[in-house]
Amino acid sequence: MARFRFREPSIIPGFRMAFGFTIAYLAIIVLIPIAGLFLKTFELDWATFERIVTGPRFLAALKLSFGASALAALFNVVIGVVIAWVLVRYRFPGRRLLDAIIDLPFALPTAVAGISLGWVYSPNGWIGRLFAPDIMISYTPIGVWIALVFIGLPFVVRTVQPVLEDLDRQVEEAAATLGARRFTTIRRVILPTLLPAILTGFALAFARAVGEYGSVIFIAGTGTGVTILPVLIVEWLAQRGHNAIALHAAAAIAAVMLMVSFAILLAINLIQAWSNRRFGRV
Amino acid sequence: MDISIVDVRKEFGRYPALNDVSLTIRSGELIALLGPSGSGKTTLLRLIAGLEMPTAGTVLFGDEDASRKTVQERNVGFVFQHYALFRHMTVAENIGFGLRVRPRARRPARAEIRSRAVQLLDLVQLSGLEDRFPAQLSGGQRQRVALARALAIDPRVLLLDEPFGALDAQVRRELRRWLRELHDKTGHTTVFVTHDQEEAIELADRVVVMSQGRIEQIGSADEIYDSPASPFVFSFIGESSALPVVVRGGRVAFEDTDLAISAADIADGPARLCVRPHDVDLGEPGPGRVPGRVSLVRRSGAGRRVEVVAGKDAHRVEIEIPPDLSPSVGSTVGLGVRRWRLFPERAPAA
Repeated sequence: MARFRFREPSIIPGFRMAFGFTIAYLAIIVLIPIAGLFLKTFELDWATFERIVTGPRFLAALKLSFGASALAALFNVVIGVVIAWVLVRYRFPGRRLLDAIIDLPFALPTAVAGISLGWVYSPNGWIGRLFAPDIMISYTPIGVWIALVFIGLPFVVRTVQPVLEDLDRQVEEAAATLGARRFTTIRRVILPTLLPAILTGFALAFARAVGEYGSVIFIAGTGTGVTILPVLIVEWLAQRGHNAIALHAAAAIAAVMLMVSFAILLAINLIQAWSNRRFGRV
Repeated sequence: MDISIVDVRKEFGRYPALNDVSLTIRSGELIALLGPSGSGKTTLLRLIAGLEMPTAGTVLFGDEDASRKTVQERNVGFVFQHYALFRHMTVAENIGFGLRVRPRARRPARAEIRSRAVQLLDLVQLSGLEDRFPAQLSGGQRQRVALARALAIDPRVLLLDEPFGALDAQVRRELRRWLRELHDKTGHTTVFVTHDQEEAIELADRVVVMSQGRIEQIGSADEIYDSPASPFVFSFIGESSALPVVVRGGRVAFEDTDLAISAADIADGPARLCVRPHDVDLGEPGPGRVPGRVSLVRRSGAGRRVEVVAGKDAHRVEIEIPPDLSPSVGSTVGLGVRRWRLFPERAPAA
């Protein structure tokens, strides 16, 4: 039987150091804080834990957090692919500027974005007034969704763009000579090729949205009943002074959130690994 | 069904890629478009396919004007140099793609598409690979799959763009012979682009030699090789050397030497004397022989290659001699020309 070989011979030295550094770094920055989170959670007795994570506010926040994040990431997939397509396939004046604008949500402090979005979409803001009073955007789940769309957009564009740039035009031409119309070519040839990149973009945008706090509190407001999990966590933390279990409750919510996120991201990664194995990485 | 290209012109921006090209391809013929890069051969192929539209002129499939049809409507089989397979589809799905995307009314049943794919795989000698993905195939196998995919739609013409360009020499030779057999078996009108003269001459019924967006000559391998229409064709097909000469009253002179060559049918004036390496013999300097000096001697296969620098302007002439002769580098020699072609020098383009 072939023995498991940990270390492949390589002409490039430094495996020990690089691997050691990676593990140590991951432990300090990622694993230890997360372990602390779970330890704090375990200090709660089961009944209290259950009360916290089955309460109506928690469930509403859980639904809004993951629901709005998934919908926002999904929306970003559609818009992001279209934007990436325009940036890659067309040459027009201002293309570089548009390309740079895509990154703004990366760079802008999200609280600033939240304040701006909150105002623009408020009933007398520039865009909000077009919809009010029939559709209220700020201080509703729609507002939360818009904030999450805003912060997630660059992830999809930036993951799909390079793959689209590498896409062989001849593959499209081959489809055309075989009689495939434009739409058929997009559906059967281009989109399946982009799928791994789209999944990555979706996963990143989704993960980013689940963890978002800054912009959402401004567009959702406080005391409006529109609450996402991070906001709920902060609310618990605010009671730390006079509530003995506040810190533990916050940790419990965070731990549940972490596990759900991890399960979803793991599922996306598995789909990706499957598609890579099947189609080969190019 | 014949394919006619009539006065086709194609410009990319202001740069003309094809200059008023006309060509008729007979039904069932295997034609090679041969030329160096930038000669317009690929552009011509893509125009026939409908992947490019001509700036002027028409492409006729039989009697109908194909230039008004889109690439989807033309029903051509196109094979790309780098295969352009759909890498997320199995081999069978790749081959069946052209049938799968037909409008419902003309689309065969799923099982029928599959059996057609299996049948075509058999034709390209890849039976049993129908459920592999392109990434799991070698280059030669991928190109055969690409060919099967192109044949699946029962194309009116098969167009191949440097089909063996990305393959190594041995696979290329094998596939070449195999493509010829396949063509003889299926009888598809076939046009392929190549920059490899050996490939063109060995494979094609007729060779179209192209240069700078124009057709230089159309002919069989023999015609192209034995009676090239221009110095370009002469030098592009096979090895050759050229010497500038002057024709006066049917006599040919290289610099001050009168060569023992008659040129009764060539008008007086400057001309180009083209020779092949094996049509020149090496001897002592003398009357009627091109004077020169040996600059390089090297063994080459069964013979010996000698490079001679001739005349005042040091024109290089490559000749091939039997291996038992071995002239020393630097010695003065005379070249006797056994077979040659004379081309009057074209007036310099305005």
